[in-house]
Amino acid sequence: MAFSSSQATTFNDKVVRQFAIMTVVWGVVGMLVGVIVASQLAWPELNLGISFLSFGRLRPLHTNAVIFAFGGCALFATSYYCVQRTCQVRLISDKLAAFTFWGWQLIILLAAVTLPLGYTTGKEYAELEWPIDILITLVWVAYAIVFFGTIGIRKVKHIYVANWFFGAMILAVALLHLGNSAEMPASLMKSYSAYAGVQDAMVQWWYGHNAVGFFLTAGFLGMVYYFIPKQAGRPVYSYRLSVVHFWALIFTYMWAGPHHLHYTALPDWTQSIGMVFSLILLAPSWGGMINGIMTLSGAWHKLRDDPILRFLIVSLSFYGMSTFEGPMMSIKTVNALSHYTDWTVGHVHSGALGWVGMVTMGSMYYLIPRLFGRTQMFSVKAIEIHFYMATIGIVLYIAALWIAGVMQGLMWRSMNADGTLTYTFVESVKASYPFYVLRVVGGLLYLTGMIIMLWNTIKTAVAGRSVNVTIPTAVAHA
Amino acid sequence: MEILYLLVPLSVVLVFFIIGGVWWAIHSGQFDDIEKEGDRILKE
Repeated sequence: MAFSSSQATTFNDKVVRQFAIMTVVWGVVGMLVGVIVASQLAWPELNLGISFLSFGRLRPLHTNAVIFAFGGCALFATSYYCVQRTCQVRLISDKLAAFTFWGWQLIILLAAVTLPLGYTTGKEYAELEWPIDILITLVWVAYAIVFFGTIGIRKVKHIYVANWFFGAMILAVALLHLGNSAEMPASLMKSYSAYAGVQDAMVQWWYGHNAVGFFLTAGFLGMVYYFIPKQAGRPVYSYRLSVVHFWALIFTYMWAGPHHLHYTALPDWTQSIGMVFSLILLAPSWGGMINGIMTLSGAWHKLRDDPILRFLIVSLSFYGMSTFEGPMMSIKTVNALSHYTDWTVGHVHSGALGWVGMVTMGSMYYLIPRLFGRTQMFSVKAIEIHFYMATIGIVLYIAALWIAGVMQGLMWRSMNADGTLTYTFVESVKASYPFYVLRVVGGLLYLTGMIIMLWNTIKTAVAGRSVNVTIPTAVAHA
Repeated sequence: MEILYLLVPLSVVLVFFIIGGVWWAIHSGQFDDIEKEGDRILKE
């Protein structure tokens, strides 16, 4: 199965296919765990008194599954597909690419075992303990070699803009992982962070926010810049803008982390830097949104009949919304109300379900049929149903948590005339209950849509056949 | 705050790499005829 890359005449779509299928599978798994933990918040009896099924153990399983299993496999699949086609060359090493696939699945499995067992570093989105961190490093280095190596042997001089976004994601994640996961092992499954106290918090949220900015944003903007033009049949609205907002985005994101630590022991000047750069970040983010949406200029009518395009364009609307909401929440006085409330959770999920989820779904619906020698998914109607379920689910979810979050913030700060607090904390928990139920409903809708996608994917795979796509020779010799 | 003695020089080095990257991109012709590049992916 291994072709020598210098003589290869077909693309390596096998690894793309593997990652694409697992994207859908892990999506269902990660979202199912999400619905479980959401239910546990509304009905704590669902913790069942079993340690490895308790909320504290399952929450990081949910976050890791949706970000790194679902999101990660989507990034691998789309970056490997895009880099080969825009460079008109097969991946530089089939063996290394296969290693990234199996290695990544192993990491996911290890997460699924160790997190419920309670092995955790306590660092958000970096909970996995040190042996798994080493494995992540090895897989990621292999990924960088495959991706950049393939660009290095490209047959097209110009490096298409989507590859810049994927490449920045790969480099930034490497930097972040090495920085935040610097730890001293104490035993096989226990380590201590190289940092302590508020310095550790700063490193953690430099990491955490850039995980959002590079893993969950830059990488998925790579998808936007390839799959929207392909699905719409129109070139990117302004290639010039794509280059400019790329550099602005990757520079600015690095400084936004402190907005997670407003009114903590973090020095004031650091908090202010985080706030200011988060506000500046609105501009390059909206540059990406505008560029993606305006790509439909002259082709708006396609939205009427094409649910895939709807997924991709609506994802950008949620992206624009979230990248407006985020800077607003980074303002210290706003943050004084929102911090520690469910508004933050609502914001995360508007970005995760609205932006990341939907752009992944749109991209996969384009990609999966083609990986099985077809032009469309088995059922286009099912894509449409999925779209509506996802959208309604998202709106229910975020509306519920906006209300809950602002209510919590207001209740916590409410003071009587004599200076005593009006409410006890538990009263705010009780008041949140109906919104927690509504959130479960929204999440269930979103999960159901994902299950429909899994069904559609299986039907498409079974009805099609894996094809080996020949690299167009006319361009290969350009 | 001693960490700043490491972080600031490290950031300056990183900025040089970024400037190097942008310089390479411009001089190797990445941005010549930029409007055509958007169409290219639609032709394959």
